[in-house]
Amino acid sequence: MTLNANLISGRTAQQGANLEAKTSRAYFDACAYCELNSKDLEQLDVAEGDCLKVKTEFGEIVVFAKANNGNPQGLAFIPMGPWANAVLSPETHGCGMPGLKGVPAKIKRTKEKPLDMKSLMRSYREA
Amino acid sequence: MPVIKNAVCSLCGCLCDDITVTVDEENKITKIENACILGHSKFQGMFEHERIETPMIRKAGKLVSVSYEEALETAAKILVNSKRTLSYGWCSTSCEAISKAIQLAEETGSLIDSTANVCHGPSALAAQEKGSPGATLGEIKNRADLIIFWGCNPVHAHPRHLSRYSSFSKGFFVPRGRKERKMLVIDVRKTDTAKLADKYVEIEQGADLLLITALRSIINGHEEVIPEKVAGVSKEELLELAKLMKEAKFLCVFFGMGVTQSRSKYKNGDGVASLISDLNQHTKAVMIGMRGHYNVTGFGQVATWETGFPMAIDFAKGYPYYNPGETGANDVLVREEVDAAIIAAADPGAHFPQKALRQLAKIPLIQIDPYANPTTELADVVFPTAVVGIEAEGSAYRMDAISIRMKKLIETKFKTDEEIAKDLIEKVRELKRG
Repeated sequence: MTLNANLISGRTAQQGANLEAKTSRAYFDACAYCELNSKDLEQLDVAEGDCLKVKTEFGEIVVFAKANNGNPQGLAFIPMGPWANAVLSPETHGCGMPGLKGVPAKIKRTKEKPLDMKSLMRSYREA
Repeated sequence: MPVIKNAVCSLCGCLCDDITVTVDEENKITKIENACILGHSKFQGMFEHERIETPMIRKAGKLVSVSYEEALETAAKILVNSKRTLSYGWCSTSCEAISKAIQLAEETGSLIDSTANVCHGPSALAAQEKGSPGATLGEIKNRADLIIFWGCNPVHAHPRHLSRYSSFSKGFFVPRGRKERKMLVIDVRKTDTAKLADKYVEIEQGADLLLITALRSIINGHEEVIPEKVAGVSKEELLELAKLMKEAKFLCVFFGMGVTQSRSKYKNGDGVASLISDLNQHTKAVMIGMRGHYNVTGFGQVATWETGFPMAIDFAKGYPYYNPGETGANDVLVREEVDAAIIAAADPGAHFPQKALRQLAKIPLIQIDPYANPTTELADVVFPTAVVGIEAEGSAYRMDAISIRMKKLIETKFKTDEEIAKDLIEKVRELKRG
């Protein structure tokens, strides 16, 4: 089962509280997840804490699943940070701002685990 | 133990200036009063987070400690040898450092951009198109009876905003605070801020401009043109919203990334400004962008008075040139145009999309920052620096463009961003002279 979702990113208090501690486990826990409505998680047969692969035309990333029923069905939220930015749009549409909200994504369950921050950044150096 | 009152929290654009900090004999902050979760982390984090302790240079793939002089010489050579340098960030630092960064950019013919590039850059473009009718947060606190949060979530991103400046604060003309203020939240998901609102309007993601246009039509007396549903919101609800806005005595739209980063980008901010202008035919209405980095507003101020432009300033031609979409940090990285970068007081490693990072990883990168972060993983020369607002004093501008003087609270062994930028200017001049 693959969920076609609209992906947005944004701030959270935990992401903000770890802004200056980005090498910490707390930052990883605060940012390497994707929030979906629990009905979407059910459809994907995924429980909170399981892993999701989020794929867009710009890349793919593995993150933990989290339920948030404040999200309407079909809306996926990943806190701003290296994991969200692995799959968001670099297109600046003539005004300088990349597409950090509203990117079509395909989301499915995976057995892979999220990369930690340093491994994710290393993948850019080695690209 | 010295107790320092009215310390300024240098984390978010609220720039709260009522923090009480206790410092012990060992130069450590032991108690913080009045700060939110973000502020606590800022002050406490000083002693817990991973500081960059020494200057470093990447050798054989690994960052190794070097002397300050060696790092300075290497960084200056990178800047002098580069044909197209990107200078980025300079927002979690003082206006004094920003001024030096602009001077360095001019000296090296670099392109300099702030974190507004991934934040409220489109709001600056919108302001140039339509203006930005604003007010101070003090004015809003004392007068506003309708607070609108549009595409922002201050409970998480600016936790003290509601109690200090907006919904929950008590003001001269609103002495009973929240009881006399209505709170409206417009967003695409029910955030923790939306849960506190009198009215929450959930719109389709990316449809902000449609909603703005519909509201403007109603406010301007053309409700007959409105279809039954706009942006996922019923006509009935739209009419109710327009009435709420028109009947307010003083309203403020606080807007965030939901407005600037979604489809239509700067046209959304342009639309909000037009809506505010329409509302001013009926009542008093203002707008304020919810700024993230504590001094990103300051970057806009300093850059504007020194170069005429608020961000994305290109000195390649020897004079300042500005055209976001062409000269934005992400524009030049995605086009693989820059061949070196200097990044200070910001973390594009965490906040730029993958394609921009692939380019940053390819080119020599100089980083100036107190803390190790994703940008450090891509950096080739790293300078540790003092934390402004804690280890160094300086000026910063709050989200409503009010300047506030930040205090130095504790002693430090680290140089400030301003000192490092000054040293780089000197070294670059020395190398250029040969």
